[in-house]
Amino acid sequence: MHTSTLLPNLFRTEYSKMVAVLCKSFGLSNMQIAEDIVSDTFLLAAETWGKKGIPDNQAGWLYTVAKNRTKDYLKREKIKQEKVEPNIQMGQTETYQMDTDFSEKSITDSQLQMIFAICHPSIPTEAQIALGLRVLCGFGIDEISSALLSNKETINKKLYRAKANLRKNDIELVFPENTEIEERLDNVLTTIYLLFNEGYYSSSKDQVLSKDLCLEAMRLCLLLMNDNRTALPKVFALLALMCFHASRFESRKNAQGELILYYDQDRNLWNEELILRGEYYLNRSAEGKQMSKYHLEAAIAFWHSRKEDHPEKWEKILQLYNQLLQIEYSPIAALNRTYALAKANSIDAAIQEAEQFNLTKSHLYHCLMAELYQSQDQQKAMQHLEKALNLVRSEEERSVVLGLRNRVAVMGS
Amino acid sequence: MQEFMMLFRHVPSPDYMPSPEEIKAEIKKWQNWIGNIAAQGKFDSTNQLGYEGKVVKPGNIVTDGPYAEVKEIIGGYIIIKANDFDDAVEIAKGCPVLQMGGHVEVRQFMALDL
Repeated sequence: MHTSTLLPNLFRTEYSKMVAVLCKSFGLSNMQIAEDIVSDTFLLAAETWGKKGIPDNQAGWLYTVAKNRTKDYLKREKIKQEKVEPNIQMGQTETYQMDTDFSEKSITDSQLQMIFAICHPSIPTEAQIALGLRVLCGFGIDEISSALLSNKETINKKLYRAKANLRKNDIELVFPENTEIEERLDNVLTTIYLLFNEGYYSSSKDQVLSKDLCLEAMRLCLLLMNDNRTALPKVFALLALMCFHASRFESRKNAQGELILYYDQDRNLWNEELILRGEYYLNRSAEGKQMSKYHLEAAIAFWHSRKEDHPEKWEKILQLYNQLLQIEYSPIAALNRTYALAKANSIDAAIQEAEQFNLTKSHLYHCLMAELYQSQDQQKAMQHLEKALNLVRSEEERSVVLGLRNRVAVMGS
Repeated sequence: MQEFMMLFRHVPSPDYMPSPEEIKAEIKKWQNWIGNIAAQGKFDSTNQLGYEGKVVKPGNIVTDGPYAEVKEIIGGYIIIKANDFDDAVEIAKGCPVLQMGGHVEVRQFMALDL
């Protein structure tokens, strides 16, 4: 492999591991130092490998260089503290851990601790996403700004504030106490799911990048699953959910990057392997009595991964939405439940219930109403789609509504 | 939004032995009614109550169940958020207990200044 593709790939897989391990030495409040050393290491690799050839064990090479640089840095720092600034540093008892351990176990532990640190409840969600992409997933600033449809300056500011937040809240790089894991894990899962959704629902034109984001979120979930302390049923449920969603990745956008709705997707493009994986994780999630929202969402996603369409399937989906909404209300779940109601019971019942919703400002509400009315009253369906067109917030949403309008127009003519 | 509690009251029939399918259908009805409330963002919590009960009276007297004195039992409750009393009553009209010959008592939460 040529260095031009080798290094970006290594950066993606090794950057987050190396930063996590180095942060064990420097402390989380000095994350910037760890990041700088890792970036320098990659720069050196680019120079050296180009001239002297690529080493056999590339990751090992990177670890050794980073380890030596860390040692040098800490030595200098120690001298500075002892000789140059003894008075200034009085009272400060910052002690650095001198040995940098790049063993497999240390890497995994450090990464898990980093996940818990970044998903700490005291860090604002937006900051968690940006910092997570950078430090947990090894995304470059360009990639983050492209994935989040933002610009470099904004992302840099967000990252800066997020790191300041870590310092301000004295967050440490440690594994939570046994009694805390369950609760802290909820926050971690929320962030992982948000990361996944950032990729899955991204309007970014870069589909490779969006997919990478989803895969990274799944990888973080796998890390949790591979540790006994965090391999809880809800972790399996979230992983199952992401597998089912990801199985439709290739079928949900056309060559122009426009969204293809579920019913218009080419089902041959659904990834069977991911669906099977999802089923396996869903079974594993059934251990224990807990029924989290991820369990319910994963079960709904499971039914959507079935290609056949029969009333029993929709009855199951309806009941799952009934339960999900009792745990947590969301407009999307309310609208999806209504669609399932139309399929399982009757369109009239669904229309009657949907009219009670206070969601007339959402274009999705009007899309649902149009969907329900299209076989009964095309004129009403069209009226709802006009309203939806006035409410869309992006070109992508607009093209979906226009697609629906074309379909209803064809039915009416 | 105000909070209301609905109490589901009915007279249980000792002869009624529903089949598993009938029980399933009954649960579906309740779940669809509650799901509709939840889909409007008005759901808070709900519980079904078991048939056994104890009654504690002054003087350290504990008796089995309230059923010796009253025929009607409370089968369960739901706590909802509604715009006003009318809204809560409108929601109660869909309650499946009505199809069982029972009735719904709609009560408003009272805020106490403590």
